[in-house]
Amino acid sequence: MAKRNVDNVIINKAWCKGCGICVHFCPKKVLEMGKDGKAVVVRLQDCIGCRLCELRCPDFAIQVTFKDKEE
Amino acid sequence: MEGKVKFVQGNEACVEGALYAGCNFFAGYPITPSTEVAELLASRLPKGGGKFIQMEDEIASMCAIIGASLTGSKTLTATSGPGFSLKQEALGYAIMAEIPCVIVNVQRGGPSTGNPTHVAQSDVMQARWGTHGDHSIVAMTASNIQDIFEITIDAFNIAETFRTPVILLFDEVVGHMREKLVIPEQGKIPVIERLRTSVPPGTDYHPYLPRTDGRLPMSDFGGEHRYNVTGLFHDMWGFPSEKPELVHNLMRHLIDKIDTHPNQICKTKQYFLDDAETVLVSYGASARTAMEVMNYSRERERKVGLLELQTLWPFPRETVAKYCDQAKRVIVVEMNMGQVMEQVKASVKYPNHVFLCNRYDGTLINVDDVKNVLRVIEGRGF
Amino acid sequence: MPVQDYIRKRFFPHIWCGGCGHGIILKGILSAIEELQLQKKDVVMVSGIGCSSRIVGYTDFHTLHTLHGRALAFATGVKFSKPSLNVIVPMGDGDAMAIGGNHFIHACRRNINMTAVIMNNRIYGMTGGQFSPLSGQGVMATTAPLGNIDYAFDTVELAKGAGGTFVARTTAYHYAEIVSIMKKAIQHKGFSVVEILSQCPTYFGRKNKMKGASEMMDFFKDRTTSIGSDAKKADPTLIERGIFVQKESSEYCENYDKIIEMASKGKES
Repeated sequence: MAKRNVDNVIINKAWCKGCGICVHFCPKKVLEMGKDGKAVVVRLQDCIGCRLCELRCPDFAIQVTFKDKEE
Repeated sequence: MEGKVKFVQGNEACVEGALYAGCNFFAGYPITPSTEVAELLASRLPKGGGKFIQMEDEIASMCAIIGASLTGSKTLTATSGPGFSLKQEALGYAIMAEIPCVIVNVQRGGPSTGNPTHVAQSDVMQARWGTHGDHSIVAMTASNIQDIFEITIDAFNIAETFRTPVILLFDEVVGHMREKLVIPEQGKIPVIERLRTSVPPGTDYHPYLPRTDGRLPMSDFGGEHRYNVTGLFHDMWGFPSEKPELVHNLMRHLIDKIDTHPNQICKTKQYFLDDAETVLVSYGASARTAMEVMNYSRERERKVGLLELQTLWPFPRETVAKYCDQAKRVIVVEMNMGQVMEQVKASVKYPNHVFLCNRYDGTLINVDDVKNVLRVIEGRGF
Repeated sequence: MPVQDYIRKRFFPHIWCGGCGHGIILKGILSAIEELQLQKKDVVMVSGIGCSSRIVGYTDFHTLHTLHGRALAFATGVKFSKPSLNVIVPMGDGDAMAIGGNHFIHACRRNINMTAVIMNNRIYGMTGGQFSPLSGQGVMATTAPLGNIDYAFDTVELAKGAGGTFVARTTAYHYAEIVSIMKKAIQHKGFSVVEILSQCPTYFGRKNKMKGASEMMDFFKDRTTSIGSDAKKADPTLIERGIFVQKESSEYCENYDKIIEMASKGKES
């Protein structure tokens, strides 16, 4: 996967059920479980934009956005 | 009546009626004594581009006609006793999801495998209450080949008008008996087409919001409007809901849409009832026997009349009461243990004037059966 | 358009438990539909009853939520009546293989052009964790408190044996594979079966001491392998993933069109 310029990792807290799948499978430990029991972005600068968190989120609660347009 | 004349079985008359009404999809499973309906449609439907499918079982057949109806087809399945039992869950689904379709049950003896090649009329209450939960249902029947043809058209028309499954409750005798059938030119008998929504694409369409006249315009699957269909209690878009008010209103709607239209749904035939002291109430093959007894009695100047029921559900209570309440005695002639008799008793002013003349041995109730009961009840000895 | 445009957002968050694999499968199916650029109005989703079957309500297609086990029978009516529609039938393992087993094998045999998705979490979730025909021996369930003695079906073998012309398996862990297999399944002319192993952390996981959803997905990663891989040769207990069968065979609706053609020629006056 071509490395892309990550803009943000957006967590939809209303939809997140705190299962931890995104945290478990993030290769760069960008995400952690917050005090509210839901996913939270803690190391955005390390994100490589692989979108594994977004794709594997069962709750449609994560969106990875990019600075460049989708190719 | 002008038209094409044929000499056919009741099951074939049913097929002719279905095709006249525009039936273009049949799913079924072989079962005696209804199989001829499937056999005939297997050859007739594809000639007009219609679809016939033999499914893996009775349940699947019922499900398939519901699915097909949602795409806009006019659909039919045909079965008998045990098969009718198997279809009950999906029948309830069609009631709940308000999907037009027609189910033929050519009755045979039961319970269980029962008496497959012999006549009975013992599924009357099953047609009413076979599927679980409160509901209303339409069930119709006929006693001769011409009437089978016409009542089948009625069944499709009612299914489309009220967005409901309609049961045709024939019996082995009328199903297999041959008589003359006159098929009128297309257009002579009105055929009701599905009411489709006029809501333009991109606008909010409510598949389950009745119009002021109570009707619910449909939108075919594959059309512009996307919605949900479910067997759960649901809102006006078809999405599941457990809200008490919504559950209450939907139940009310499902029952009222059938029960408040007896004039459109309840059909009966009346013979010599104006002065009848003895009223025979009958339907299906039994009504043929009752008719013969009536004719015999009239020849002897006995005041016997016949009320033939063509709609069994919703039960035509008002009509039954009207003719029975003025008679001295009422005899229900049927081939079961008194399923319609109980309904007649519940409908009339003097239930103790209502008697049963029945037969439940797999043979057609005969003239002597009725005459004997009549003689005893009229006080003319045993 | 993005996957999010294919869902009915007003019903989110969905009813599935946290960590349930069904949401991943939903996304995978939608992604496949998106990549194939199918029009919403040309897609019908038909389901039965159970956790899995709630999937249809979340999708913005023509959706038909039917009876337990009967989804394929309803879907057959939809497809046969209007063959131009793309019909996708997501089902649970109990739904498809127990109460709906008969419809499943006959749909395979009939080769009608639809896609069946068996979302296999090896448990009845909606009713609270009873064993299913895909649980297998030794599994703990609320109706097998001392361990299940029932053998399991192998969905792939069953579909093959019933004449399935497209048979595949993947897991909720393998997202990209879900998308690629689903695309091929939908494009396949005939009946396609896609078994997707899904995790039920609430019942299956808890009863069988598998920790949480992530660990169950690790299991899918570690205990499955591509068809015919070296890993499979080394460890035959691994579950194979991929497309097992993909063959051409005449399709039911097309076969029936020939019947219509023949019947029309011999039409009575």
